[in-house]
Amino acid sequence: MKLKSLLIASAMMLAPASVMAADLTIGFSQIGSESGWRAAETTVTKQEAEKRGIDLKFADAQQKQENQIKAIRSFIAQDVDAILLAPVVATGWDEVLEEAKDAEIPVLLLDRTVDASEDLYLTAVTSDLVHEGEVAGKWLVEEMAGKPCNVVELQGTTGSSPAIDRKKGFEQGIAGHDNLKIIRSQTGDFTRSQGKVVMESFLKAEGGANICALYAHNDDMAVGAIQAIKEAGLKPGQDIKIVSIDSVPDIHLAMAAGEANATIELTPNMAGPALDALEAYLSSGTTPPKWIQTESRLYTLKDDNQAVYEAKKGLGY
Amino acid sequence: MIRSTHLPLVVTILTFLAAFVLCSGQYPAMMSTRVVANLLTDNAFLGIVAVGMTFVILSGGIDLSVGSVIAFTGVFLAVILRDTSIHPLAAFALVLAMTIAFGAAMGAIIHYLDMPAFIVTLAGMFLARGLAYVLSTDSVPITHEFYDVLQSLYWKAPGGGRFRLTGMVMLATFIIGMVVAHRTRFGQNVYALGGGAQTARLMGVPLASTTIGIYALSGGLAGLAGIVFSLYTSAGYSLATVGVELDAIAAVVIGGTLLSGGSGFVAGTFFGILIMGLIQTYIVFDGTLSSWWTKIVIGGLLFAFILLQKGLTWATTARRKPLIDFAAP
Repeated sequence: MKLKSLLIASAMMLAPASVMAADLTIGFSQIGSESGWRAAETTVTKQEAEKRGIDLKFADAQQKQENQIKAIRSFIAQDVDAILLAPVVATGWDEVLEEAKDAEIPVLLLDRTVDASEDLYLTAVTSDLVHEGEVAGKWLVEEMAGKPCNVVELQGTTGSSPAIDRKKGFEQGIAGHDNLKIIRSQTGDFTRSQGKVVMESFLKAEGGANICALYAHNDDMAVGAIQAIKEAGLKPGQDIKIVSIDSVPDIHLAMAAGEANATIELTPNMAGPALDALEAYLSSGTTPPKWIQTESRLYTLKDDNQAVYEAKKGLGY
Repeated sequence: MIRSTHLPLVVTILTFLAAFVLCSGQYPAMMSTRVVANLLTDNAFLGIVAVGMTFVILSGGIDLSVGSVIAFTGVFLAVILRDTSIHPLAAFALVLAMTIAFGAAMGAIIHYLDMPAFIVTLAGMFLARGLAYVLSTDSVPITHEFYDVLQSLYWKAPGGGRFRLTGMVMLATFIIGMVVAHRTRFGQNVYALGGGAQTARLMGVPLASTTIGIYALSGGLAGLAGIVFSLYTSAGYSLATVGVELDAIAAVVIGGTLLSGGSGFVAGTFFGILIMGLIQTYIVFDGTLSSWWTKIVIGGLLFAFILLQKGLTWATTARRKPLIDFAAP
């Protein structure tokens, strides 16, 4: 009893102080660190929080939804001021988001959206995944200029929204161009090692001469695939054109060496716009739009890829 | 003797209490109904599957298939509720029958073909995961209104904690598990089997039906955990719950059950689950530690408990040794 009243007393003493300092505590439930881009997103999010004087509680879910749900529940129990969530899958968030809403804690989605009612979250900051795929598809259409081309595709994690949307976007991008044909499409789980393994199986099954281009749902898989192509005695970037998405430093290094052809940037700074929207919401009650879109920039061999690599390599990719 | 068999259980409970007090000393918010309710809700599926795993390990076996069976159950429910108009309760019964039969089949192979449980259940793990993928590679949402009804069944405690139906199902499973393990013939047979198949046979334990029963129980509880998991996420996803079998085994061992079988308590597993949940909660509360520390701490605990078990076994056999010497010709 004595201990409890002591705790309450100390909590009461601390509470006004933290309000005066106006510093926010925000929980961030991150998917994991399956790709370099994800690690950069984590770094940039921490930087953005530090810049604004926000106390960021970071939880890595190791690719498991149950861990993310647990983390969000713990954030609610801690009574944080807001929650940033990068959801690992789109489904199954209603229950825990309702609990957050009940506790009046705004939830901001980063980089991916969820299949839940829109009133359960404040806003979602994402790139347009379909658009990214479409940019990649259109680039290949122009590059090939009507020549026949067999494309192999390395998909992302099965069932994840970037895998679904980037596939859809690419198909939209090459629609109506019968010279381009997707002959094989398999998941590489967004990882370098799987990208290499699956590319090896593509090369074995189809023969290197029969493949003219590779479309990978992220750069890491493309980097793995480059390795596989080299080991098969072919020249990546020439014998097999490579287009991928994310714009991580290593792909720029590969592009500088002529081993990859194009990448579409997925900016790792999702937290910046999200925290801006949150601060506006908390200070003046401005409700942000439900969807804040980030830019999808195309990099090709015409850009100074060495310079881009230098600029990006410090971000933790 | 009684003291040495109870000691691991006592150590587990004391570890949990000490950890909880330490954690709440640092973060007073951990001493809230929210955290307690979260511990029950978030670990419900793991707890249920760990009860089955306790029986399997008590009998000296292992069941690696449970994580895949949970995923399969979830995907099966999601697909069948999407594509047919069958009532969820009927679907639950159907999927439970399937998982019990699946477990029983593995038990039968282990017993009649005299195969190591490790290999048979490893095959079961690939089989169930593969079947889940065949049903659907996407995460399939479950939108049945009966699910909404089940999810809205909770008691909101003062302080905001929500004690949900799934957490209660886990508690009920533990209580029934304790009764079965300690108060029934089947439970006695499980302990006897864990003490050694040869001795168990001489004692008149029906080896075939006990082995099949144990794996059927584990399969059935994995099915129940799958139902709970589908309520937890309102979806079926073939990539879900990868590695949960290992978490369950860790919880059983931290709970004081001997990996070689024959000694342990279902109640210990409950505290094993709570300890693992508590570590995760602490790491999220801290917010700066890498979440992989969860694995490191659990690994450390596992080592500590294995050493404790080894020490106890050594102490008890050392005491018995003069007797054995005396009996030898």
